[in-house]
Amino acid sequence: MNETAHHILLLLKDGIFDVEGHRAAEEAGRYLGLHTGKVKKGKLFSIVHEIKEREIHEFAHFALKDVVLHDVYINTLYQNSTFQSFILVSKLPGVTDDEGVSAQKTLCDLLDMRDDAGRQFIFSHDLYYLEHALPEESLRLLAEELLGNPLVNHFQFGLLEDFSWYVPTVSLASEAHTAIVEIDLPDEELVALSKRMLLSLNLAEMKAIRAYYENPAVRAQRAQAGLSPLPTDCELEVLGQTWSEHCKHKEFNATITYTDLDTGEVKTIDSLFNTFIAGATGRVKQKLEAAGEDWLLKVFSDNAGVVRIDEKSVFIWKVETHNSPSALDPYGGALTGIVGVNRDPLGTGVGGGRLLFNTNVLCFGDPFFSGRLVKGQLHPRRILAGVVQGIQDGGNKSGIPTVNGSVVFDHRFMGKPLVFCGTGAVMPASYQGRNSWEKRIDPGDRIVMAGGRVGRDGIHGATFSSLEIDEHSPRSAVQIGSPITQKNLSDFMQHACVQGLVKSSTDNGAGGLSSSVGELAGIPGGAVVHLDKVPLKYPGLKPWEIFVSESQERMTLVVEPMALGPLFELAAQFEVELSDIGWFTSLGVLDVQYEGARVAYLGLDFLHDGVPKKELVAEWKRPSLAEPVLPHIDNYNQILTRLLGSLNICSREPIIRRYDHEVKGRSVVKPLMGPSGKGPQDAAVLRLSFDSYEGIAVSNGILPRYGDIDAYAMSAGAFDEAMRQIIAVGGRLPDPGKGSPDFWSVNDNFCVPDSVYEKKTNPDGKLKLAKLVRMCQALYDMSTFFNIPMTSGKDSMKNDFQGEGVKISVPPTILYSMVAKIPDVRRVTTAELKHAGDLIYLVGTTYDELGGSEFYRLFEETGANVPVVRKENARRIYDKLNEAQNAGLVASCHDLSDGGLAVGLAEAAMGGDLGCDVTLPDNGLGFNALLFSESHSRFIVSVRAADDAAFQAILGEDCSRLGDVSSARRMVVRHTDQVMVDIELTELMDAWSSGLGGVV
Amino acid sequence: MSQVHALILSGLGINCEEEMAAAYRLGGAEAEIRHLGEIFRGTCSLHEFDVVNFPGGFSFGDDLGAGKALANRLKYKKLPSGKRFINELERFLGEGKFIFGVCNGFQVLVKMGLVPNLRGAMEQEVTLTHNDSGRFEDRWCSCAVNAATRTPFLRGIDRIDLPVRHGEGKLVIRDEEIRRGIIEESLNCLSYCDAQGAPTAEYPLNPNGSALNCAGLTDRSGQILGMMPHPEAFLSRYNHPNWARLVSEHPGNGDGDGLGLFKAMVGSLLAKKEGIFQDRPGSALHLRNPPCND
Repeated sequence: MNETAHHILLLLKDGIFDVEGHRAAEEAGRYLGLHTGKVKKGKLFSIVHEIKEREIHEFAHFALKDVVLHDVYINTLYQNSTFQSFILVSKLPGVTDDEGVSAQKTLCDLLDMRDDAGRQFIFSHDLYYLEHALPEESLRLLAEELLGNPLVNHFQFGLLEDFSWYVPTVSLASEAHTAIVEIDLPDEELVALSKRMLLSLNLAEMKAIRAYYENPAVRAQRAQAGLSPLPTDCELEVLGQTWSEHCKHKEFNATITYTDLDTGEVKTIDSLFNTFIAGATGRVKQKLEAAGEDWLLKVFSDNAGVVRIDEKSVFIWKVETHNSPSALDPYGGALTGIVGVNRDPLGTGVGGGRLLFNTNVLCFGDPFFSGRLVKGQLHPRRILAGVVQGIQDGGNKSGIPTVNGSVVFDHRFMGKPLVFCGTGAVMPASYQGRNSWEKRIDPGDRIVMAGGRVGRDGIHGATFSSLEIDEHSPRSAVQIGSPITQKNLSDFMQHACVQGLVKSSTDNGAGGLSSSVGELAGIPGGAVVHLDKVPLKYPGLKPWEIFVSESQERMTLVVEPMALGPLFELAAQFEVELSDIGWFTSLGVLDVQYEGARVAYLGLDFLHDGVPKKELVAEWKRPSLAEPVLPHIDNYNQILTRLLGSLNICSREPIIRRYDHEVKGRSVVKPLMGPSGKGPQDAAVLRLSFDSYEGIAVSNGILPRYGDIDAYAMSAGAFDEAMRQIIAVGGRLPDPGKGSPDFWSVNDNFCVPDSVYEKKTNPDGKLKLAKLVRMCQALYDMSTFFNIPMTSGKDSMKNDFQGEGVKISVPPTILYSMVAKIPDVRRVTTAELKHAGDLIYLVGTTYDELGGSEFYRLFEETGANVPVVRKENARRIYDKLNEAQNAGLVASCHDLSDGGLAVGLAEAAMGGDLGCDVTLPDNGLGFNALLFSESHSRFIVSVRAADDAAFQAILGEDCSRLGDVSSARRMVVRHTDQVMVDIELTELMDAWSSGLGGVV
Repeated sequence: MSQVHALILSGLGINCEEEMAAAYRLGGAEAEIRHLGEIFRGTCSLHEFDVVNFPGGFSFGDDLGAGKALANRLKYKKLPSGKRFINELERFLGEGKFIFGVCNGFQVLVKMGLVPNLRGAMEQEVTLTHNDSGRFEDRWCSCAVNAATRTPFLRGIDRIDLPVRHGEGKLVIRDEEIRRGIIEESLNCLSYCDAQGAPTAEYPLNPNGSALNCAGLTDRSGQILGMMPHPEAFLSRYNHPNWARLVSEHPGNGDGDGLGLFKAMVGSLLAKKEGIFQDRPGSALHLRNPPCND
């Protein structure tokens, strides 16, 4: 141990409630069956720096200690006969330790010294004192399963008398060596090479690389550049990153032969992306432009899509997934997911968008799962708790409101959870008179890296997310974001861009500098990078590691040479570190150097366009399913409470409250509203500024369980779900040429299991791919019919988990995340019932569509009649509803989805703290279908009695009167002269509120 | 005509500066957002302003305890003048000017020892720490104003609904003497209350388990106000979680009650300023018609 280390321990004084210690003891008992007795939690700081005893004392007592809360121990341990064992939770060497860094800043402030150490020298730890002398195995379990994660934490535990200090120290074999790799190999050895280097490239791709290096022109160019004819390790790593599924979307660009086995029809699809996604948006763009509507500014070609709000500002947004990291370290994975997606709108066009909101959709296994987990698999409860904490810190600490979200539970998310994170931003439409959304780069412009330093974090993140997870997944793929570092970076970016000091920017995400510089270099046609100019967290990184490292909170800026001075000056004020690491050229080459030697020299054409096209096979066969015969139900009250308490329907309040959903002061429709603040809403609505009532609505649609019946219906339904949530609050559909200038902007996110057929390892790959094709087809049909464009999106293709011979694959899933402009937020409608005496209507039509419903799930059935979207009807209903809303005729409006009418009505009633008395029509549909069918494009609406005639005049046959809002706090449902449901609201509320049972 | 000049500090994790600035502007004042880095480089002086604001946020990510690391910087780090920020604040207060902190800003004020500062030594006498729930929570609370408070900021307000959004908002008082002092001097200007307006310890009406059910504190002069709830997040009626029903039952203008607080505050500051600087003690309040956010 380092001799100069000092240790300062802060412990809560007696009489101060130890919230964290208390919780640790409680959860140890509840989840692990361990009886710790009393637990006391302390905070420990280790200082590895030349510092005087007096200064340590001052630091502890004047800077770290809270005089009301803490007792302080310096270089000694608190001893008390009450406590017998301990667990020390530290960070592993090199893992982000914000608290240590903040303590270091505070030490410098206290002593009025400059922090020029260039390294972290204060480390924070959590120290738990346990009353009972637990055996080592129990302590290990507690440490690894509850207090930390072995992938990011170092643990020490035992009896207190055996306590020893610990300081994380990074020591790498300090060899800045670049190796030459033999690539003139037979095919099977090429594959082995790809595997050994974790390149995740297949044989065809490796052969393309081999051919590149055999090309005489390339050889001549390399010889001239002083490089060996064989590739360097750095070059192969760059190719591995740039050609990864994550970055290149090879399966979405593959040629697919699709056979419909039911009809025998065969078709060839040349790129799902071009055919369906870009294809749909292209058609919508044409229609908009033909009508003279110019709000669709930039799609697919940047970090995030851009649409126009008005002459002065544009809206940018991006939603993407962070599944694999969240499976390994749920907290770090989700946190990094949020702060990572923040950088997409921040680095679109010139950059510097003001981040306006976050949204997230999470898919987990059953948090109450009580079976055995296989090696490498975390308990869903733990994943849920960690992910929620990560999203909480990622949003709250950055001051970005988490305006809404969704949580889906299904046992197939037990292997890999799905963690979708999204961020929207507003950017001035122009900086210094130039369009802000365009990226301009000229030869001679400098490459400036801004933000955190570079370590070995996340190396192979891009290739890793293109692999399935197994028990040997690399730990370097896990990292923890630093919201405070990024907050400073984001504040700086906004100022620097407004001042015209940044010409273009992009974020450093997957693939690190190799991806960001590589992509930007495509614009002017080349770049020179000096990796020795990149500031490191610790010495000993190889050049290729510096280039592909995914250390977080970094942006790459394009800066004109004369702007460097003022930019660096501004960065110092914002406490953001900048480094000038190279310049752009037009030489057609990515030229990477380290200490005067070339470590990579790759033709940009090859880098960006050299990846061979994949060829894949899809075969569709409709599953043979039937509607189930259910047991007779004689107590619908009980069915309703079971449904309301079920995982996919119950209240998300315990999660929602932990996200700051109103920082920035612009929220109008929050996730929970009404007199008691409990009523769930549809789309979130927020204002764009304090000077006008213009706003936006944000929604998400996701229905993975419908895919078990038909992936087309699932995808179309999810699109409709997202769209109708915006309609519910008062959104208006685009109508090119008819004067509806309000933008709509959609992010599509596909998360599917491995869909590449392999006889042994993936025998149903062709069917999985067919499902993907059908999802894309539905996307195209919905998007072009409703004139709602995709502006950005992402695909995550290998959502499988393997361990101990068990394979768990996620169901093919698509998430549509939508934003639409709302001309006046004061006119929006919320979901909760408003006044006793109002009339209740069902808007839209209910069909016998219980297939895939939450109701069937109560009986462990899937059924066959999956809800389908009837586009023409939907369009008509949405337009009429919008007309009624604009006329001020709608008192409340809630879209119907999971659990159908029963759940929608119960939610509206609970939200408004009002009862309802409704009668369902005797129209030939069974009562179960009437009440629980999840048919699309429907709403439960309440209308003031005085507005009834006007409302009916607009809606006509598309509405049916069900009953009234009542002051009696009961929900009553009648059918064919019988009272089918009659239940107190409090009973519904109890069931609905307790579904998550304290797991978060 | 004089104008109230509000300084809104930003940077280092503060994140409510935009709505705080909007609150002052809509309330009729001039507001400037200035980065703390400018203060420490000496390019911005707080003496040009009438009120210094510490907005909410997560300064230094709440590391070392909410507000602690920023309080340390303001107490210890030297400005180019050789003085410390806290000395400048003392001078500022000596001139009869005002300081306002919300949420993380309140935590900073407490940890710098500026409130309640009963003993006048600028030593920390209370703290704000982890909620009893152990969680960060975003929820709306009803707050009652202590009628005997000396702060002009809460003048004319008895009750106000505001959102709280914090993980460390529980007030803990160092000792019994300070507790008595706070009560006797009516420094606990704001309390979490029930539907009848009575201060309450019941969760979640009281979201954090604060001593004295306290949501806000002043110093003895009333020049400094710190509070956990966010008035700057309620500038518009449409921010309230029950606005849809409230608007249909009580049509009115679009102002939120939080904006009312800022309007009252700006009015008081203006009256005070005109009294001090134009030597017109007791002059009638000349409130400009502030721009409404309708």
